[in-house]
Amino acid sequence: MNSLFEYLLRLGDDSLIIGHRLSEWCGHGPILEEDIALSNIALDFIGQSISIYEYASEIEDKGRTADDLAFLRFDREYKNLILLEQPNGDFGMTMMRQFLFDSYRKLLFESLINSCDDRISAISIKSLKETKYHLKHSSEWVIRLGDGTDESNKRIQDSLDTLWRYTAELFYEDDIDIELKSSKIIPPMKELKEAWYNNVKEIFSRATLTIPNNNWEYGEGRRGVHSEHLGYILAELQYMQRAYPGMEW
Amino acid sequence: MKDQDISKLEQKFQEKIDNDIKIEPRDWMPDDYRQTLIRQISQHAHSEVVGMLPEGNWITRAPNLRRKAVLLAKVQDEAGHGLYLYSAVETLGANREQTIDDLHSGIAKYSSIFNYPTLSWADMGAIGWLVDGAAIMNQVPLCRCSYGPYARAMVRICKEESFHQRQGFEIMTTLMKGTVQQKKMAQDALDRFWWPSLMMFGPNDEDSKHTAKSINWKIKRHTNDELRQMFVDATVPQAELIGLKIPDKDLVWNKERGHYDFGEINWDEFWQVVKGNGPCNNHRIETRKKAKENGLWVIEAANAYEQKRKIKKVS
Ligand SMILES: [Fe+2]
Ligand SMILES: [Fe+2]
Repeated sequence: MNSLFEYLLRLGDDSLIIGHRLSEWCGHGPILEEDIALSNIALDFIGQSISIYEYASEIEDKGRTADDLAFLRFDREYKNLILLEQPNGDFGMTMMRQFLFDSYRKLLFESLINSCDDRISAISIKSLKETKYHLKHSSEWVIRLGDGTDESNKRIQDSLDTLWRYTAELFYEDDIDIELKSSKIIPPMKELKEAWYNNVKEIFSRATLTIPNNNWEYGEGRRGVHSEHLGYILAELQYMQRAYPGMEW
Repeated sequence: MKDQDISKLEQKFQEKIDNDIKIEPRDWMPDDYRQTLIRQISQHAHSEVVGMLPEGNWITRAPNLRRKAVLLAKVQDEAGHGLYLYSAVETLGANREQTIDDLHSGIAKYSSIFNYPTLSWADMGAIGWLVDGAAIMNQVPLCRCSYGPYARAMVRICKEESFHQRQGFEIMTTLMKGTVQQKKMAQDALDRFWWPSLMMFGPNDEDSKHTAKSINWKIKRHTNDELRQMFVDATVPQAELIGLKIPDKDLVWNKERGHYDFGEINWDEFWQVVKGNGPCNNHRIETRKKAKENGLWVIEAANAYEQKRKIKKVS
C-alpha cells in the first residue's frame, strides 16, 4: 500500500464528505445570507477534493481519475473522519461540526504548508486561505449561538455534547502517519492536539459552553469503519455513476 | 398635498421617463408605479429563491465533481440574485421579511416553472438552457428599466444568467453526444420543460393586465408575446444543432414573418399552476416556510447576542 496515496484519500475524503453535507443546506438555510455562505464553503471543499484526488490519482498511477476516486469506491475505502458524515441536524449542529473541523483543519494546513511534498504544500497554501474564512464563520456562529438566547445555548450545547466524542479521531495516528511523518511529508499529528484543544476551549469559553467530560476515543473512519450515515451519503453521491456506468457527463 | 402639486410632480416624473432618466429611490413617483415595481421585483426575488430548490435537488447527486461544483456555484448565484433583488425592493420602502411572508402565505407569486419536478440529471441541463435562457430574454431589457436600482441589479444578474444558460446547454450537448440512454434522458427533459418554459413569459398580450402600463412607464420594454417569440426563435436552432426535437407538431419556420410559428400553449395548465395546483407548488412553499421557521431561533440568538454586545460596549 502506498502511504502517500492513502493519506491523500483521508485528506480528500474529508473535503468531499463535509462538502456534501454542507451542500445539503442549499435552499434550506435560516436566512439567504447563510444559504450563500454555506454553499460557498461547500464549494471550497468540493474544489479542494478535486485538487487532492487529482494528485492521489497521479500517485496511484493506475488509471483511476479523480472522479473514479470520488464516486467509485466502496464504503470501506472512504477514509474521512466520522465527525464529517454526521447529519446536519439544526443550524447549530452544522456550525458546531464545522467549527470542530475547521479549527483542526487550520492547524493541519498551517503545518502542511511546510511539507517537503511540493504538491501537498501548494494545495495547503490555497486551502489554508479558505479554511481561515471557514473558521471565522463557524467560530462566530458558535459564539453567537452559545451566548445568544437560552434556547440557542441549550441547542448548541447539545450539539457539542453529541459531537465531542468524534473529535478524538481528528488526531488519529497509525503506521501511515508515522511513515509520512518520518519523511517530513506530514506533521506529527499528536502535537497539534494541544494547540487545537486550547483554541476550541477559548472559543467555548466565549460562547459560554462546557466541554463534555468524555475522553473516550472513538472513531475508525481513517481505517474505513464508518457510522451508519456514510452509506446513505454514498447512495446519493454515487447514484449516477453506479446507475450509468462509464459515461461522460 | 394639493392636487396641483401632485400633477406637477407627475409631470416631472413623466418627463424623466420620456427622457430615459432613471428614477431613483428618493425621487417622487406615483404610488401605482411604486406598487407595480414592488410586486414585480419581489416576485422576481421569490423566483430566484424558490428556483434554488429544483436544482438544489440534484447537487448531492451530480454525476462528477466538476458538474457538482458548477451546479453548486449556479445555485449560489441564484441566492445572490435573490439578495440583490430583495435589496432593490427595500429601496421602494417595502420590508423584505413582509414580502417573504407574502410568498409563504400564497399572496405573492413566483415563476411557475419552479413548480415542476426535476426528475433526472438532464433536467439540470434543460433548466439552465431553457429556464435561464428565458430569464435572459425577460431580463436583458430590464437592464434599461426606468427604476435605477432594479436596472442596476439586472445588469449584474444578466451576466451570471448567461453563464447559467451556457452551462445548461453544455450539459445537454454532452448528453446528446453520449449513449442512447443519455440522449433519451435529454429529450425527455426537453419534452417536460419546453412548454412550461414558454409559459414563463406570462399570458398572451390580450390577457395580460399589467403589460400596457408597465410599457408606458418603461418598466417593461417588450410585451409577453414579443419576448416569447424571441425565445422560440433563439432556442429552436440550438435544439436542432444538438439533435433534440422540440415537442410541438405545429412548430414551423414562417418565411414571411421571419419567425417560427408555434403551437398553442395549454393555458388551462398555466392558470392551474399559477393558482397553486402545479405538481410541486405545495412542496416548494412548505420547504421555504420550513427553512424560515427552522431558522427563527438562529435569528433570535444572533439578535440577542448583538444586543448583549452593545450593552457591554456602553458599560
Ligand atoms: Fe437568477
Ligand atoms: Fe440563473
